[in-house]
Amino acid sequence: MEFTRRETLAIGAGAALMTVLPFRANASADDAIAAFTGGAAMADTGVELGAPEIAENGNTVPIDVSAPGASAILVLAAGNPTPGVATFNFGPLAGDQTASTRIRLAGTQDVIAVAKLADGTFARASKTVKVTIGGCGG
Amino acid sequence: MASGVKPRVKVPKSASAGEVITIKSLISHPMESGQRKDGSGNIIPRSIINRFTCEYNGQSVIDITLEPAISTNPYFQFDATVPEAGEFKFTWYDDDGSVYEDTKKVSV
Amino acid sequence: MKFKALTAVAALMLTSTVAVAGGADDDSLVINGDIEIVTKTAAPAHLDGHLDEIISGWHFRDNETQAMEMDDFDNPGMIFVDQARETWATVDGSEGKSCASCHGEPEDMAGVKAVYPKWNEGAGEVRTLVMQINDCRTTRMGADAWKYDGGDTTAMEALLASVSRGMPVNVAIDGPAAATWEKGKELYYTRTGILDLSCASCHEQNYGNYIRADHLSQGQINGFPAYRLKNAKLNGAHNRFKGCVRDTRAETYKEGSPEFIALELYVASRGNGLSVEGPSVRN
Repeated sequence: MEFTRRETLAIGAGAALMTVLPFRANASADDAIAAFTGGAAMADTGVELGAPEIAENGNTVPIDVSAPGASAILVLAAGNPTPGVATFNFGPLAGDQTASTRIRLAGTQDVIAVAKLADGTFARASKTVKVTIGGCGG
Repeated sequence: MASGVKPRVKVPKSASAGEVITIKSLISHPMESGQRKDGSGNIIPRSIINRFTCEYNGQSVIDITLEPAISTNPYFQFDATVPEAGEFKFTWYDDDGSVYEDTKKVSV
Repeated sequence: MKFKALTAVAALMLTSTVAVAGGADDDSLVINGDIEIVTKTAAPAHLDGHLDEIISGWHFRDNETQAMEMDDFDNPGMIFVDQARETWATVDGSEGKSCASCHGEPEDMAGVKAVYPKWNEGAGEVRTLVMQINDCRTTRMGADAWKYDGGDTTAMEALLASVSRGMPVNVAIDGPAAATWEKGKELYYTRTGILDLSCASCHEQNYGNYIRADHLSQGQINGFPAYRLKNAKLNGAHNRFKGCVRDTRAETYKEGSPEFIALELYVASRGNGLSVEGPSVRN
């Protein structure tokens, strides 16, 4: 098959686009974190975030969070149009401070979990989840 | 009221006193994010479940604030302590003011 | 020409095996701890060696998606099965009957999904389960037919599939159904569309490989209706066929069309031996 230069460039750009499209972190994610922590520092241990490395489909991505002793965990998707995902508030009859759910990710981005621990300090974890533009999805 | 909203919750029927059990909850709901546009290019307004609570015999187990990034047909799995026999109450609050409930009894 | 570019890229992507490890994984599927699902088995004889082993679409999804199908309280498709259970027991139509009036409990329908599509002697045609549901509704209940691909229909089909889970798919391909089966087979192997692809191009010759970011399965339908993560709802087989044909950039067929009835019979027969798995969870 013969292509003009224009077509070759177009294919190249198209092929590049077909792979992962990264999103830049959203400034409003930082605002949401600041509102939750009051600007306090966050340790990098104390909360765990489980998320797949590559999402099967960005519309339904399973995640789980765990922060022993925490009173609340905030989850954000830094690259979504609005970063808020959920806030888990654990009550006196919570069996532990873990939760699983399924979320929507608009593109490859960091998912962030911030936990408010029992002693009032904060912890943060994040994972990069690749969200691909599918194939012949039908 | 969003139509056809239906909860589906898994709770063991019995437990020993003080046992930690796992609860799974699903509810059918479109979770319209407010990001989509209709055929004419107008934004379809946000309409989601914005809060989910679980209580046991009146005490809070978990209270979740949901944002539009929670997937359609919201799913939550979490653990609860069962100190004595009683009843779980699950409540979902919709943006449009509707409230959906389900209850499950547990014997000890 | 733009379309040549697309074909070139498609060909590149299809033949590239540089992508992440291909084949189906080795896990086994037991639902709710007690329904054993056969997800891999010897290919039926009529496949003539085109495939040695038939494999359920479950194996081509990632671990998290597979886990969603293992517990009926993780599987969002089951919400719609619950809704269909209520519909099953609800009177509808001029005759004052519900499905339950004639058919008893949904569990009494075990085995039905496994043999559909099948030849209906009285009607002189191959019927899909959706066609049969609508026939019951219109002629016996005096109710309106449901839209072929509507929510009610797909939920009811999922309910009927769910009570047959674990049973082997066993659609008849001989006798009066043979002509329809042959037509479906021809459709399966005929290349169409600007991208010049047949079902076999991807699902027989390239299962396990990636097309763009999708992990290609064998295109089995034992798990249908499928809850797709992509649209967060149950999808029927004809809906999926319609999308696949459209993705070859061909004029696609309608749900319930003779082409798709024939194709559903043929594709179901490629899965004879796998367990009924619906409602499954797919991407």
